[in-house]
Amino acid sequence: MDLQLLARFNAARSGRKPAILVTEIGSGAQRLVAPGDIADADPLAAELRARLRSGKSGLVELAGGGQAFLTVSVPPPRIVLIGAVHISQALVPMAQIAGFDVTVVDPRTAFATPERFPDGTLLAEWPADVLEQLALDPYTALAALTHDPKIDDVPLAAALSVGCFYVGALGSRKTHGKRRERLLEAGVTPDAFDSIDAPIGADIGAASPAEIAVAVLANIIAALRKSPELKGEGGRP
Amino acid sequence: MQQDAIRTEIDPLVLAESWSRDGRRVALATVVETWGSAPRPVGAHLVIDAEGNFEGSVSGGCVEGAVVAEAAEVIETGKPAMLEFGVADETAWRVGLSCGGRIRVYVEPVARSA
Repeated sequence: MDLQLLARFNAARSGRKPAILVTEIGSGAQRLVAPGDIADADPLAAELRARLRSGKSGLVELAGGGQAFLTVSVPPPRIVLIGAVHISQALVPMAQIAGFDVTVVDPRTAFATPERFPDGTLLAEWPADVLEQLALDPYTALAALTHDPKIDDVPLAAALSVGCFYVGALGSRKTHGKRRERLLEAGVTPDAFDSIDAPIGADIGAASPAEIAVAVLANIIAALRKSPELKGEGGRP
Repeated sequence: MQQDAIRTEIDPLVLAESWSRDGRRVALATVVETWGSAPRPVGAHLVIDAEGNFEGSVSGGCVEGAVVAEAAEVIETGKPAMLEFGVADETAWRVGLSCGGRIRVYVEPVARSA
């Protein structure tokens, strides 16, 4: 493998960009493929697209005989929590134990304190101001937990538009009904909105904040592992 | 807190790049196919230098020695090689997989072109 090619592959990996390194076994010829540069004329196009979804590396047969190995890299899954609330205090350590990177965003300085979130996961900012920094992508789960539209709506719409693998929102049916009106007004499609996990979390009768955290984490893991798009080795946190 | 970035100290692909930039001659081994019970998944890497230093794993310890030996040849010739290990292999007594599986490992040089 050429060092420059390896460097480009590593840069994609550290930058949370999906990429596939294609190695022809016979000749040793290699190329690096990003999602944006799969040409329809590429004989491996369908295979490459499927591999970017599954995250699985593996051998493929080439049309002209011979084999190629696809080294597939997709970003490790992570969780963004909107709201430095009680549920988040329980959810952060649980999610970390399960292997996820977690970021908590909340502009309310009474909630967003280092005492409540001591491990450096906290951004005490308005979500709208840090969307770029959050870099939401299809390998990110987002849960909106403030039930304050001023804080939750912007990141919810952003998560739906980039195709986060899980989007959940806390709130009663009535709260969620009003949220539907606002987000559809803001241009979210009905299908996208209805993909939100709400009422949030697995239906386990969760009562306390910590139990709700378990329910939310369960549904995030279900979305990751049961989705036809993301399950597989590459989805390992 | 874990880092979003890949964990550089144990990532064989990152090590392969940094070792190569440091002027070391490097080979990269990749598990490309497994049958039956195999200890490491397809896509697992081992990085090896010309002095026989290595990091990562392709089998959890069963065949690393043989891969490292073959890597010296790959580094010397600059040509990739395909290795196969398994209980059915004639070298099984020496480097077979105790778990009963079989694996194919692709070993390639890392080339420092201009």
